Amino acid sequence: MPDTAQNKGRMLTFEILQYNPSDPESKPHMVTYHLEETPGMTLFVALNMIREKFEPDLAFDFVCRAGICGSCGMMVNGKPLLACRTLTRDYPDGHIQLMPMPSFKLIKDLSVVTGQWMDKMSKRVESWIHTKEEHDITRIEEPVEPEVADETFELDRCIECGICVSSCATALMRPDFVGAVGLNRIARFDVDPHDERTTEDYYELVGDDNGIFGCMTLLGCEDHCPKNLPLQEKIAYMRRKLATAKDTGGGLEIRVEG
Amino acid sequence: MASIIEGYLGKRVDGTRSRMPARLDRWQSATGVFLGLFMWAHMLFVSTILISKDFMYAVTRMFEGSFLFSEPHPVIVALSVAFVFAVFIVHAGLAMRKFPYKWKEYKMLKTHAFALRHGDTNLWMVQAFTGFMMFFLGSVHLYILMSNADKIGPFASSDRVWSEGMWPLYLLLLFAVELHGSIGLYRLCMKWGWCNGSDARAARKRLKKAKWIITVFFLTLGLLTLAAYIKIGQEHRSHYGERYHPAAALVLPYSPVQEVRS
Repeated sequence: MPDTAQNKGRMLTFEILQYNPSDPESKPHMVTYHLEETPGMTLFVALNMIREKFEPDLAFDFVCRAGICGSCGMMVNGKPLLACRTLTRDYPDGHIQLMPMPSFKLIKDLSVVTGQWMDKMSKRVESWIHTKEEHDITRIEEPVEPEVADETFELDRCIECGICVSSCATALMRPDFVGAVGLNRIARFDVDPHDERTTEDYYELVGDDNGIFGCMTLLGCEDHCPKNLPLQEKIAYMRRKLATAKDTGGGLEIRVEG
Repeated sequence: MASIIEGYLGKRVDGTRSRMPARLDRWQSATGVFLGLFMWAHMLFVSTILISKDFMYAVTRMFEGSFLFSEPHPVIVALSVAFVFAVFIVHAGLAMRKFPYKWKEYKMLKTHAFALRHGDTNLWMVQAFTGFMMFFLGSVHLYILMSNADKIGPFASSDRVWSEGMWPLYLLLLFAVELHGSIGLYRLCMKWGWCNGSDARAARKRLKKAKWIITVFFLTLGLLTLAAYIKIGQEHRSHYGERYHPAAALVLPYSPVQEVRS
């Protein structure tokens, strides 16, 4: 195809934060780049072109390029999105501002560590199956009803991208808030028949103002989750359960010795 | 002793978490539901002035116990206001826990809300702002009505609005209440999933639409009502302090109402 003016893409303007917190000389600042749009261009493509053409030092994260790994979350014109699934053509004025996701530790430019945050959350909600049953791998597992399994798999689709955290004003204001990802995890184990934990057990993990009762139902998570998880529904369900959790303890007698 | 241990160590003597956060969350919602629904009913009663002075007078008398006693008993109104005031204070105390209370939190919230351009986050900002306004506006209104429970009626209320200069407060309070209440009731449905049904997302869309219709309805009704009180207040200015005499009671020679009041 001849390279005529008609085939040329429009010029996009990228404004990207650059900052390296580990370098004492570095100061956070925005840098503007102009780039010609190509057909079907995603932010992943654009960022690689910027790195190739203008800024070899630009830091950003990508792994799968298909919205599966959850590495490339960033603030695109103020909205947290997966960069690999964001098309430049969805920005009619051609102006795209990129910032790293807040609430996660910044490595450099657009690259943040979501892993540390997720690790803390996983430990807090004890994100593993709790069961007293001894597993014998030589025997066939107990069958699970397909509907029940589907419900668990549905919530298990979370990719820990951190977008629910970065779209939640509560999580941004209160760094100890467990976030939709943590509450969804609780809901996931609650529905999983392999997990023997009771409502009262979950209350011990998230039954406070940094947990389920800290959620102010701003619904940023529900409206931005790239995996379309039913977060409003599940958080409401867990809230109903935990708000009426039985009080199993607190009244132990204090022993008097001697 | 157990309470002291919990206070200092942050955990109960058997190591379990307190149920207090759950209780506070339930009470915040319960007081919110009560106040939200009460304000809708309140608006409907107050707006009876748009139908006629007599009708508004009859409603006022009903709250003073006209269905039980021949004499008006404003103390019933005073006690009712005191109860609403108490619920209002409890709700304010519980809901203010959600405010951004440090500059850093406020800065984060403001930056985020402006950048995100997300409907429900913005609605929360409106709710927090109107909630803060009502600490003051609501308290003034409730205290005045509690201490002047006998001065409610077509003329007495209009005099308060116009001659006593309360209309600017009522105008601000109207917007604060109607926005805060309808947003709050919508959020409560989302928070607890009361209206989720089989398709939570479709339900949310419907509910949000209903929320806006209700907000516009009550704001319009409120503005018309306030305009009516202002108009009556202006006309009645030269007779400030005089009470209303219902037309119906004046024509009935054997009216059971001995002392006609407004």
